[in-house]
Amino acid sequence: MMAEIRKAKGIMDWLDQRLATETLTKVLMTEYWIPKNINFLWAMGVILTTMFGILFISGLFLLMYYKPDTKLAFDSVNYTIMQEVYYGWLWRHMHAVAASVVFLVIYIHMFVAIYYGSYKKGREMIWISGMLLFVLFSAAGFSGYMLPWGQMSYWAAQVITNLFGAIPFIGPDLVVWIRGNFFVSDPTLTRFFMLHVLLFPIIIIAAIVFHFYSLRIPHVNNQEGEHFDFDEEAEKYKAGKKKESKVIPFWPVFLSKDLFVVGVFLIFYFYLVGFNYEFAMDPINFEPANYMKTPTHIYPEWYFLWSYEVLRGFFFPIAGLKPFTLGLLGFAIANIVFFILPWLDRSPVVAPAHKRGAFNIWFWLMLIDMIGLAVYGKVPPNGVYVLGGTDITPWFGFTFTVGFFILLFIALPMITIRERKRAGGAK
Amino acid sequence: MAIEKSRRDFLGLAFGSVAAVGGVLALGAMKATWDPLPSVMAAGFTTVDLSTIKPGEFRKVVWRGKPIFILRKDKTKFKKCDNRDTKLSEKDFLVVIGLCTHLGCIPEWLPDQNKFYCACHGGEYDACAVNTFGPPPRPLDIPPYKITGTKMVLGELGSKCKALIAKNPTNKAS
Repeated sequence: MMAEIRKAKGIMDWLDQRLATETLTKVLMTEYWIPKNINFLWAMGVILTTMFGILFISGLFLLMYYKPDTKLAFDSVNYTIMQEVYYGWLWRHMHAVAASVVFLVIYIHMFVAIYYGSYKKGREMIWISGMLLFVLFSAAGFSGYMLPWGQMSYWAAQVITNLFGAIPFIGPDLVVWIRGNFFVSDPTLTRFFMLHVLLFPIIIIAAIVFHFYSLRIPHVNNQEGEHFDFDEEAEKYKAGKKKESKVIPFWPVFLSKDLFVVGVFLIFYFYLVGFNYEFAMDPINFEPANYMKTPTHIYPEWYFLWSYEVLRGFFFPIAGLKPFTLGLLGFAIANIVFFILPWLDRSPVVAPAHKRGAFNIWFWLMLIDMIGLAVYGKVPPNGVYVLGGTDITPWFGFTFTVGFFILLFIALPMITIRERKRAGGAK
Repeated sequence: MAIEKSRRDFLGLAFGSVAAVGGVLALGAMKATWDPLPSVMAAGFTTVDLSTIKPGEFRKVVWRGKPIFILRKDKTKFKKCDNRDTKLSEKDFLVVIGLCTHLGCIPEWLPDQNKFYCACHGGEYDACAVNTFGPPPRPLDIPPYKITGTKMVLGELGSKCKALIAKNPTNKAS
């Protein structure tokens, strides 16, 4: 039945008669219920949404002057945008710093979810769509890093596209196909430009919407992993028993606090943008790309270091597999293994790690291992640490790499199976 | 009901087939658009006139974005080797890809010391481009080439080159 259109009492009523804005506001904002028992770590999602907005807006202004051509790209960034365009430096620093800190917040977001067990018992799709966003942001980061066409842009592109060459049979042809040439060159730049400014942002926006939607049915987890009836608690809140109710509405109660955290974060972010942006602007990338000269030491941005170290971690053959093959397999698994985390954790217990005994130790070991991987990902592959004439440098990365796989594939299932049995059998 | 259902089945099947054919054709077009352009593929061959290279001369040419080292060794003190040099009547040439097999840096030819030296991690190769010191795991790779008369075409695999590559089982280039 079509709604009966009356003379509107005002602009809101006029819109409501045509778009049901009142119902929409309730569904999305004032009657979308969030648990009360949470802390500032629950603000990471809104921070990430804000950062994506900043990346999008700063990207628009960079796109006005950027030229996707190997002859023009470097100067369009380093002369036109950085020196001529009013506030061009600001957009570039904002874009580069946001691309870097967005990963910091993603990692915090992920480890918060792991700590509080927010990836299981009905929340698997939240976790999986979040992991999808991690992969998409990585792809966007990699494609964007190529655009300034400096030495690090170029050799990162060369090394990463080269990895596909290890795929059996089609590998070498696939590399040429991806690059659009036998080596990284103009066609490579223009196609990754397309991916970076159009396809990836569109898919990311769709994935963010899906990620938000995936929260609706299982609801946001809380600090204690407590399970309660959201409808019942919502009724209490609506009946005025706000103190007694375990939930609060998304808007204005939750978001007002969230936006406060966003504000604190943005002060830190703009401090980095204005005064400490060097970490996001590698000096090697201020040298134009030169395919006849390799930088002596190639390393990725900090947020890719841990998986890069898994790639390099193996340096001797194991079970007849060459180190190169092992590294590549490890790298491929490391990049997707977190998708299946809800199934590597065999326990139904949803609780903060500090109340889960052995899982707590596992959590901190995992965090230390990944930081260890990242630290050694930046160290040159050999000759840094020598002990009694033996080069022990590669053993650090190897140990952290093997530790990573043992923690995920052996320790986690064992610990959680034991926890399940103690909690009273399988559920 | 039965008729209506089969009619809908027909519609579904008809649309499904059209969409499937269209989808496959579209994917084919998308794949082809990503393919390297014909001009790029054509530029994948580099021709060098070997008769212009003098004894002892070291020349660097570019093939598919990679540096190719050519060293003429006859009538010189430079070490020769049957399993790696290519012969053109009495002339003796070393033709290798100038990327260090360690991490892909470009080594330097030091004629006085009779060796290639890689500044990145100190790798060294003799005049046959065989690794003699440092981290490189294998000799410099031999690229595919074909010699017709005095002209060498990089990117095509001739029988002489094929035989040389067969004598170097660690060779990675193709």
